[in-house]
Amino acid sequence: MIAILDYRAGNLTSVERALNHLGFPCRITDSHEEIRKADRIIFPGVGAAGSSMANLKHLGLDVILKERLEAGTPILGICVGLQVLLDYSEENDTRCMGILPGKIRLFPSNLMDGDGKRLKIPHMGWNAVEFRLAHPVFANVAPGSEMYFVHSYYPDPADAHQVAGETEYGIRFASALAKENLVAVQFHPEKSGPPGLQILSNFCQWNGNPNPAR
Amino acid sequence: MLSKRIIPCLDVRDGRTTKGIKFKDNIDIGDPVEMGRFYYEAGADEIVFYDITASSDRRPIMLDVVRRVAETIFIPFSVGGGIRTLEDMRDTLLAGAEKVSVNSAAVQNPDIIRQGAEAFGSQCVVLGMDVKKVPPSSQIPSGYEIVINGGRKHMGIDALGWAKEAVRLGAGEICLNSIDADGTQEGYELELTRLISTNVPIPVIASGGAGAPEHMVDVLKTGSADAALIASMVHYGTYTIRQIKEYLQASGIKVRRTW
Repeated sequence: MIAILDYRAGNLTSVERALNHLGFPCRITDSHEEIRKADRIIFPGVGAAGSSMANLKHLGLDVILKERLEAGTPILGICVGLQVLLDYSEENDTRCMGILPGKIRLFPSNLMDGDGKRLKIPHMGWNAVEFRLAHPVFANVAPGSEMYFVHSYYPDPADAHQVAGETEYGIRFASALAKENLVAVQFHPEKSGPPGLQILSNFCQWNGNPNPAR
Repeated sequence: MLSKRIIPCLDVRDGRTTKGIKFKDNIDIGDPVEMGRFYYEAGADEIVFYDITASSDRRPIMLDVVRRVAETIFIPFSVGGGIRTLEDMRDTLLAGAEKVSVNSAAVQNPDIIRQGAEAFGSQCVVLGMDVKKVPPSSQIPSGYEIVINGGRKHMGIDALGWAKEAVRLGAGEICLNSIDADGTQEGYELELTRLISTNVPIPVIASGGAGAPEHMVDVLKTGSADAALIASMVHYGTYTIRQIKEYLQASGIKVRRTW
């Protein structure tokens, strides 16, 4: 069973619907007991960093998440579910979980595209992800695939070895992170069509070992 | 770099698509769920479902359509038409829509934008604007006026001023429809699109007038639009989304081509 963490964030059901479509049993839950028993955990999210962290702490889910990470359970963070894994977010001046070193920063307002037009914030729409690592969760994604993004803040991880994918939007930023049994993506695989579903399907069959099977 | 989005729009009345959509494949062309899946598989970047059901007591039919679409397609889709209250927004988003769009309801009660953005986030709230060209005046300095009821009722509101106000209230995106261009298939209203898109910090979807891929090149380049809405040119099978995207790519516009 796959636990989808319920920390009162928006749009939990879109991940559930995607997993139902792919045929992986899952449950949206905030029950510590259920999360402890889960084979895998998805930590989704739409919302602001401040209220997300407050809800996680209130529900004791930050503690459970760290515990399951130590225990080796494969964990996938999506969007805000990635952002609160780092040390700090500029959004609402939020101290985050500190699982991955680094910060979440607001896109500068003066970013320009190649034609000198000012880029809009949020970064919303389809953009390419250049995967840097041969990671099982990102296997079999067709080259040139684009993913769906909606965010105004971007990950700025301190450890370059944890960058699994990069995306260009006026600046180059880390759009996928990976560390041992943890994978986190800034885009929404549940809204990214077949390549996104491929990533979800890979995760739902992943044993938590970041090295590709030989 | 971000791709420009190509967004088919399906009009739905009482749970059925309304335009005579012609396809050779064995699909029910009146079923919005099957049509949504068809466009999803054909490479649409997003889909707009516009509910033109006249009677409000038939709204549950649309919510059922939204639920079934959400189980079928895994790209963002928005729902507009008939959304007047925070409760309508909540019902539609919970049914699985990524975004809701408000148009005349927001003109009559701008606070619905703020309420929606606060409750669900700006990324969920699209402002639909129907606009007509008028002689510039002190009331309408941009020469573009907000209209409702399909263009029959002029509201005395300047389109650019309204767009900026909607951004202030928390709208996350604007779907900009030119009533003058709508239905002509002779091209988008480029001047209007450029005016709005270059003066607001949020994405603008151009709507009204698409008849050929070169119109889309114009509105995405000259008009500075972030996305282009299309209807007849794909509904009647004149062009496929892949053909349109190949044309745009060849014209130097970045689009999503792998799906």
